Amino acid sequence: MKLLIKNGHVIDPSQGIDETADILIEDGKIKEIVSRKEPAGGIKENESAMKTRERGIIDAGGLIVMPGLVDMHVHLREPGFEYKETIKTGTGAAIRGGITSVCCMPNTNPVNDNSSITQFILKKASMEGLCNVYPVGCITKGQKGRELAEMTLMYEAGCVAFSDDGMPVADSLMMRRALEYSRIFDAPIISHCEDLTLSAEGVMNEGLLSALLGLKGIPAQAEEIMVARDIALAELTGGRLHIAHVSTKGSVELIRAAKKRGVAAISAETCPHYFSITEEAVHGYNTNAKVNPPLRGREDLEAIKKGLADGTIDVIVTDHAPHHMDEKVGEFDLAPPGISGLETSVGLSMKLVDEGVLTLKQLVEKTALNPAAIVGIKKGSIKPGYDADICIIDPEREYRVDAAGFRSKGRNTPFDKWDLKGMPVITICKGMVNELS
Amino acid sequence: MSLKSRDLTGIKELEPGDIELVLDTAAGFKDVLGRDIKKVPALRGRTVVNLFYEPSTRTRTSFELAAKRLSTDVINFSVSTSSVVKGETLRDTAMNIQALGADFIIVRHSCAGTAHFLAKNLNASVINAGDGTNEHPTQALLDLFTIKEVKGDISGLNVAIIGDILHSRVAKSNIYALKKLGARVRLIGPPTLIPAYMKELGVELYTDMNDGLKDVDIIMMLRIQMERQGKGFFPSTDEYFRNWGLTSERISRAKKDVIVMHPGPMNRGVEISSDVADGKMSVILDQVTNGLAVRMAVLYLLSGVKA
Repeated sequence: MKLLIKNGHVIDPSQGIDETADILIEDGKIKEIVSRKEPAGGIKENESAMKTRERGIIDAGGLIVMPGLVDMHVHLREPGFEYKETIKTGTGAAIRGGITSVCCMPNTNPVNDNSSITQFILKKASMEGLCNVYPVGCITKGQKGRELAEMTLMYEAGCVAFSDDGMPVADSLMMRRALEYSRIFDAPIISHCEDLTLSAEGVMNEGLLSALLGLKGIPAQAEEIMVARDIALAELTGGRLHIAHVSTKGSVELIRAAKKRGVAAISAETCPHYFSITEEAVHGYNTNAKVNPPLRGREDLEAIKKGLADGTIDVIVTDHAPHHMDEKVGEFDLAPPGISGLETSVGLSMKLVDEGVLTLKQLVEKTALNPAAIVGIKKGSIKPGYDADICIIDPEREYRVDAAGFRSKGRNTPFDKWDLKGMPVITICKGMVNELS
Repeated sequence: MSLKSRDLTGIKELEPGDIELVLDTAAGFKDVLGRDIKKVPALRGRTVVNLFYEPSTRTRTSFELAAKRLSTDVINFSVSTSSVVKGETLRDTAMNIQALGADFIIVRHSCAGTAHFLAKNLNASVINAGDGTNEHPTQALLDLFTIKEVKGDISGLNVAIIGDILHSRVAKSNIYALKKLGARVRLIGPPTLIPAYMKELGVELYTDMNDGLKDVDIIMMLRIQMERQGKGFFPSTDEYFRNWGLTSERISRAKKDVIVMHPGPMNRGVEISSDVADGKMSVILDQVTNGLAVRMAVLYLLSGVKA
């Protein structure tokens, strides 16, 4: 089986490619990439000999062709919360978002704190998954923060990173042990930074708006205290630390300073909602704008953008957190936090390119190359020999977000009815060419 | 005359003119309440449902009586807080009540925004009787009515609100209402219960009672909820009273004709001494009486009945 993608604007920072080129795919692998810079360039495949698309040729003129996106922070909810999302629906939503690999967080039921759960997820993903699935294992047994989970066994079973996600390791000694112990294999510790004693029962960003709405606030410091602690522990241990969903200006500054000092192995991610909207979205007690960490202020948003531009923040993830509608309709205090993000990530991230915050090359680095490198998977690149995981984006395509039409079961998005520009039109993964609408 | 909105979710959503309208209308109803026959047929045939997710005696009773004085049919619907977490959703409960033909739903709930949620989802008029730590609009309206009765004009008055501002929906509604009518507001209490960002509401913050009470026209006390003790907001009720308790000695800092208010229920000896609560500057019982007239005015103005 051959597939030829012609005339596309190919962007692959792993090979320094950012030009019009043709890509030949054979048996699900990248065969070759040939520049069309020269008039005589391009792949001289005997086109008529190639079968239909059926003909096996995609004309990508005017389109961006990049490695499929790697989203290293996703909640697929299976096992245990299949009413919110399944591996099948979540990976389907990923494909629609141009994402070909997802790392799924361990806060399922039961939690992914042992290799049999890891194996279950991978088995289910191999049967029903539409994109590649890489499980994230728990740092501690039961996400309880008391004893280390069997990380080596989970690593061998296929976990690519470890995190207690929403239940951050509060005990500094336990976090130290995790960062030390995880040095025996090449996988990062992902830290959801939140001092739970300080965020207490908060449900939104703390400040004037929380006072006006009568909602309990979560100060930025609840995040920053743990970012500072974990950076200090990474320095102490030499462990690989990845800071999850950075939401505040102070966190960006702490990470920037740590990188400048040369803390060996520290990386960081943020999500589209932290650079697209502020706490103002909570007005009217909008439960779809309830997320953890909470949406912050304008200054934070600007700092996140700056952090992305200058390399302080390495990765854009969705923190896709689908919930059932019944859970999101009702009292703001009682609604679970989270945004269904897989299907709006590219459109929202392309705004950063339009605004001049990121170049297209940087965008590809932050959504594909860097996350693949951090979790150590052979993805995020279209070098010859790699799996043909490809996302084709129409940068000029304008469309309106329609949550009701999401492939994800989770329609909980604050971006419903937003007008976006830049849409994934074809996602190629696992040998399937998925045309998107 | 009627209010622009069908619902009363909070003072935040009202224009100064709306507040004046409620106060003026309430004055008329207060006259009615002074008559031998205290009932008017204004809203005969209408149904009012008190939907209370939190225990309440005086607010619920006040609404009930106000509704009865307007000749409506009143149903009290108390829901234990446990069913908020388990069982029927808020929306379903409210839809069921509406299906019974309720014209007004008066709701109290421990979560902020509950009244807004119901207002968005129901055809009935929704009146907020307290939503979490957000607002308690009718309490502020009756407080303003009481102030106006004594002082004539609210604009330019110095008002001190004292106590647990952080958790107080009464304080929030009063801050918005007083600011809208041109009063100057200061908040006094332990810094743990008055976060610094409160300043952005356009009020002055004090931690010291003697400084804060200087030259005030109105003192509004708030209830210190006993469950706050042991959560680190203040060390003990004794120490609280020593620092922020309202005593006649402290009142001497205020203007001579100061009045003392309290939304109730009071903790005597915790936030207020008995001699002050029962003293001649206290208008605490007037507040209760006025609450009836103000709630009649709110029901009446939301009903859309032409005057």
